[in-house]
Amino acid sequence: MNIIVVGLSHKTATVEIREKVAFSPNQIEKPLGELIGLEGIIEGVIVSTCNRVEIYATTRDVAGGIARIKRFMAEYHRLPFESLEPHLYSYHAEAAIRHVFRVASSLDSMIVGEPQILGQIKTSYGYAAEFKSSGIILNRFLHKAFSVAKRVRTETKIASSAVSVAFAAVELAKKILGDLSDKTVMLIGAGEMCELAAKHFLNSGAKGVIVTNRTFERAERLAEEFGGEAVRFESFLEHLHRADIVLSSTGAPHCIIGPEDAKEIVKRRRSKPIFFIDIAVPRDIDPKVDDVENAYLFTVDHLQEIVQANLAQRSLEAEKAEEIIDQEIGQFHKWLSTLEVTPAIVALRSRFDEIRRAELDKTIAGWKDLPPDAEKRLEALTVAMMNKLLHTPTSVLKQAGQGGRVDLYIDALRQLFELESLQRDDEELELEE
Amino acid sequence: MTHMFFILTVALYGCATAAYLTCLLRTLPALALWASRILAVGFTAHLLSTIHLASKMKYLPLTNMQESLSFFSLAIVGGFIFFERKYKVTTLGSFVTPVALVMLIASSSLHVAVRQLHPILQSNWFWFHAMLAFVSYASFTIAAGVDVMYLIQRRFLKTKHFGALFQKLPSLETMDEISYRCLTVGFPLLTVAIISGAIWSEQAIGSYWVWDHKQTWSLIIWFIYAALLHGRLTIGWRGKRAAILSIFGFIVVLFSFLAMEHSIIW
Repeated sequence: MNIIVVGLSHKTATVEIREKVAFSPNQIEKPLGELIGLEGIIEGVIVSTCNRVEIYATTRDVAGGIARIKRFMAEYHRLPFESLEPHLYSYHAEAAIRHVFRVASSLDSMIVGEPQILGQIKTSYGYAAEFKSSGIILNRFLHKAFSVAKRVRTETKIASSAVSVAFAAVELAKKILGDLSDKTVMLIGAGEMCELAAKHFLNSGAKGVIVTNRTFERAERLAEEFGGEAVRFESFLEHLHRADIVLSSTGAPHCIIGPEDAKEIVKRRRSKPIFFIDIAVPRDIDPKVDDVENAYLFTVDHLQEIVQANLAQRSLEAEKAEEIIDQEIGQFHKWLSTLEVTPAIVALRSRFDEIRRAELDKTIAGWKDLPPDAEKRLEALTVAMMNKLLHTPTSVLKQAGQGGRVDLYIDALRQLFELESLQRDDEELELEE
Repeated sequence: MTHMFFILTVALYGCATAAYLTCLLRTLPALALWASRILAVGFTAHLLSTIHLASKMKYLPLTNMQESLSFFSLAIVGGFIFFERKYKVTTLGSFVTPVALVMLIASSSLHVAVRQLHPILQSNWFWFHAMLAFVSYASFTIAAGVDVMYLIQRRFLKTKHFGALFQKLPSLETMDEISYRCLTVGFPLLTVAIISGAIWSEQAIGSYWVWDHKQTWSLIIWFIYAALLHGRLTIGWRGKRAAILSIFGFIVVLFSFLAMEHSIIW
């Protein structure tokens, strides 16, 4: 049995193409049904996010399975196969396992370490489980992928740093102000980034928001949205001392907060630190404000620097994550191969045992004046012989399973010993870890 | 027995200090956990050795430089363990445990001949005075450690330098709070220590205040921390200036402790 992966992602296809092959979660039952209806495809899971569309499947025929899934993706979305094919990648065996582990661990994401992808795969798997398109191998496989992703998350710091400017602002604020739960944010002016940062601060527990804007109505509207308070722009300096975090992004041509203002504010705050973020270009806050004791001024460029540094740090952590994945692949691959070998061994043994029993019964039935313990002895003798005979083939099979040549051996066994029971049974087989 | 505990303590403090310093250079959460565990075991050994010594000698081991250094170190480690648990400030260990370790090693290198306890030391006021003094000194030591960290972190923030150390150091607010806490514990204890010291002095030599070096410097220390606390409470003295004054205070504490002989005892 082989695991195959076919798909495309932000690395191989533009958004225009990705959106054309996306599967809507509302109607996922139909493509899942068609997928496992394909010839040679036994199990299937469809993962469809805005950055990737991937199909995970199991099959006995790797090349045929991959080709059929590729064709299925084009036909299902009514796209010409030739235009889609160059964007599709496919993996099988160990490469497929590695790919899915990496995707789940967010190592293949556009922003490495972003946490959504794991949830998206879980949801996709949920659909597959609901509509019974995944079976024992994919179930096990995806659960393993989830645990690998969890291990990567806890053992590396891949997801711990801020990679958006707004989030970096929150992290920085925490480094100065500590716990944000009793802190107040002041928004001066409006702008998408300012509002986004304010939302981040509120999500991180900030207590209140004060909004000011040249157009007071606008300030009132924003204040209402954030559940805060609006103040008039003319008198905003009067309220500045109540804020611990100041986000400024007005369109003013010159600075609206100077070092003297900052000194006055810090004094009114009895030297409690105040954190200024200047998002405006040209600047709203005089750079000299940063020289004021207990006032800390940062611009978008500074935040950007933090983001860049964190991204670099992430790629370092990603190396550690790859190591974890390497370890886990080995384990899973072992399981997958024993999955094939074990039923073969079981079938072989029962075939031998069948013959042994039949012959033993025949012998005993025709034997008169049987000594009392002879039956027991004969039983022991034949079992010992059978075990001796089977010992080498069993260990060779187990090794073959790990070496990947398992199909060859199983075919040979099937023909040599007429192990017909092998053909269908293994799909129902559930194995221990 | 006491000696064995003592050697064990030095070894454990050494390991913990090495671990804390390594944590400063590299990010190893597991090592940080071990550092704090090892230190806790070391502290227990230290405490047991002190108690054992006290029960053997029938007095608190605070009567000479060797014993005082060991007790000073014990109080620092105890205080640090408290703050580390409360504020999750592993990095503080890198700044405080080396001080405790150095004091303990200095203490072990001093050999004091067994001697008869001076009769004037056999006063409850003396034990009370000395113990409070060292606990307050330990508070000031931790405050100084955290203030050094504060100044480093402040510098990172002002120069916009966001390296690995910046990530590890706690927030300015947390460090400010720890420093303030140390002050609010250390200062009252110092006050009581000075008063009880004066009472003991009266019992021992018949005068409350003799203006010897020790008493004079204690008073100077008291004024430094009084100024710091007063500035903080009245005009909100925080940040850089407060941190520098607190570090200065610690240097004076160390100087007066190491260099000023107690005219009454020695």
